[in-house]
Amino acid sequence: MTISFLLLAAITITGTAAAMSLKNLVHCVLALTLGLVGLAALYLRLGAQFVGFTQILVYVGAVAILAAFAIMMTRSAEPSELSRSSSIRFSGTLIALMVFAVLAWAICSGTSALQVPGPQPEASVHQIGLALMHLFVLPLEVIGILLTAALIGAGVLAMDETRRAQ
Amino acid sequence: MLGEGILKGLTETARNFLGSYVNKDRLTTVQFPEERLPQIEATRDFPFLVYDGSDWQAGLRCVSCQICEKECPPKCIYIEKSKDKKPDVTGKLQFYPTTFDIDISVCMSCQICVEVCPFDAIKMNVEFEMSSEDRFGGLLLRKEQLAKSNEYYNKIHPTEAAAVDAALAEERAKVEAKARQAAEAKAATPAPVAAPVAGETK
Amino acid sequence: MPEMIDQIFVLLKHWLMAYVPGTLQPIASAVLSVVPVLIAFPLLFAITTVLERKGLGRMQNRYGPNRVGPFGILQPMADGIKSLTKEDIIPRTADQAVHFLAPVMLVIASFLVYAVLPIGKNMVIANLNTGVLFFFAVGSMVELSVFMAGWSSRSKYSLLGAMRAIAQMISYEMPLVLASVVVIMAAGSLSTVTIVNMQASYTRIWPHWYVFTPWGLTGFVLFMIAATAESNRCPFDMPEGESEIIAGYYIEYSGFKFALFFLGEYLGMFATSAMAITLFLGGWAAPFSFLTWIPSYVWFFAKLLTIIMAFIWIRGTLPRLRMDQLMNFAWKFMLPLSLINIVGAGVWHFMPAGFARWLIVSLLVVVSCALLSRGLRRGKSFYVRTYRFAS
Repeated sequence: MTISFLLLAAITITGTAAAMSLKNLVHCVLALTLGLVGLAALYLRLGAQFVGFTQILVYVGAVAILAAFAIMMTRSAEPSELSRSSSIRFSGTLIALMVFAVLAWAICSGTSALQVPGPQPEASVHQIGLALMHLFVLPLEVIGILLTAALIGAGVLAMDETRRAQ
Repeated sequence: MLGEGILKGLTETARNFLGSYVNKDRLTTVQFPEERLPQIEATRDFPFLVYDGSDWQAGLRCVSCQICEKECPPKCIYIEKSKDKKPDVTGKLQFYPTTFDIDISVCMSCQICVEVCPFDAIKMNVEFEMSSEDRFGGLLLRKEQLAKSNEYYNKIHPTEAAAVDAALAEERAKVEAKARQAAEAKAATPAPVAAPVAGETK
Repeated sequence: MPEMIDQIFVLLKHWLMAYVPGTLQPIASAVLSVVPVLIAFPLLFAITTVLERKGLGRMQNRYGPNRVGPFGILQPMADGIKSLTKEDIIPRTADQAVHFLAPVMLVIASFLVYAVLPIGKNMVIANLNTGVLFFFAVGSMVELSVFMAGWSSRSKYSLLGAMRAIAQMISYEMPLVLASVVVIMAAGSLSTVTIVNMQASYTRIWPHWYVFTPWGLTGFVLFMIAATAESNRCPFDMPEGESEIIAGYYIEYSGFKFALFFLGEYLGMFATSAMAITLFLGGWAAPFSFLTWIPSYVWFFAKLLTIIMAFIWIRGTLPRLRMDQLMNFAWKFMLPLSLINIVGAGVWHFMPAGFARWLIVSLLVVVSCALLSRGLRRGKSFYVRTYRFAS
């Protein structure tokens, strides 16, 4: 519980909390991005450089932009009436509490609660690469096929209407 | 081949780049304050008042008819007509402007004042470096600033000025001829009239 | 002696560090590493603006700026004073906070990437194990700031510009990263320092730069094209096309914030150029073994300036691409070619050294390049364009 951890945790929590509570949807996305950056910084603090930078590359560079575009293209940035209704807020809080309870239970009853200072896991890029290519080669390939299929699908969707009709 | 056009373009720009250092003719830019292009004769920007002779106050051609003031589209001319009359260059008694102001910050250089002037008193100038620190007073030209000699007009617009001078001279000659005719007639007519009178008196 | 001149900045830092008390050592070390970079690259920006304007002028048979100082070299100072003294206007309907944050974030992101670029021997701010990844990760934050700038201005032009910019940046980031993958494969490391060290050796007088291999050359060309698009420069300057959407996403900015956008853009261009140097052109390494006595940072900046010159040259030559041409080029030519290039690099890695692998990999790249360019041109017929929605 050092100062840097507290600071990063505060940034992450502020970002995510703001993402839920702000009225303007684009602001929400930007706040969420802040939360994701904070999370990446936490990864970096734990010595997981690869994961941290990948987090920034994927979430800040791509997902946040995608979310912002989706919002801008589908609806106006003004808050809708729906978000203010109390029943949705109530059920949302309930779900959040339930998820939090499950996670807290899992963490508390898991091995990390035992306070055993295990050996510092050495996670260099080299090892991650080796693990991906040997141990996890099947999941990697499956994900690759899935993403390729998604890419082709997007291409088909974006194709000229006239050409698709032929 | 892919990229052929790009290479062609690159060689062209490279030739321009190197050539501009070797061949001065390539550079068409005129470095303004140091070098100036000769002015085209039809250049015009703001109006000025023409005077004949050497004294600008006496020789001003303007007779304060105020046509230009009325015709000016942006209304940048302000004239005050005199109460008395003064003899102009030809010696004829004429009204003259006590005030003649042109606000060149308003003037749009349309030349309509020149077109409508029946006395060839207002013409277009070519002076353009008129920036001033005083944006109101500095750009409001008074009569004394506007008055320029006929020689100056001949210098900036030679062809046009020559035509104007010729027309004016012709007109003056016509007037003079008429006056002479009238004088001759006057001189001639009294004689037959005077004769009977003389005869009468005789 | 050459060794000492080469390392003079490193030695200077060590000498200064000796005067710093122990507790302040980490901070002092960071400051001493960062400040020179913060000075050197904006200075390079200033020099580049005047060089660019003069060079473009000469390419168009003009003089370019030559009024401020001898030969106009003080022009950037005049520009700086001008933009500092200009009124900073924020549109009334703009989103104040985001509007302010966008240029700040752009400049921060542009400066952050310099942390992993080795400027000279032992001259890098942070030698990260994942340096190349860091570069691309932080570089992707630029897109977010472009989006923020475009959206917060509440102007149609800036939103259009931001849309175009982001579409283009996302499309070209893919070939950019994939083109650099070949180097990572060859070097076996994501660390920029290791990558440069791998290239800083010689056989006889010739260096081991990655650009002198078929896959390296292809990767370099692809990387530079993608870098041009990433930094929104001509011929990929559609997001800020002056003649159509004036300045794109930063149209509503004025005064110093506008200058910050300019700075951020140029810093991004320098950074991607420096990355191209690091990955393909041997970083700070001398081009011949007998030239190693010239300090490493001189070589780095010489290479950087050469690449900047190339950028200016291309800007003075090529017209702007249309959106569909841009996208077709990215997705139908650059992406497949960079993927094939990765295959080529793999083949190169597993074949025995010699003439055979040169031939095979070169053939692979050239043939696929020719086929892809044919594919780009296929179905292109010139006809009078009809506008579906205009009539």
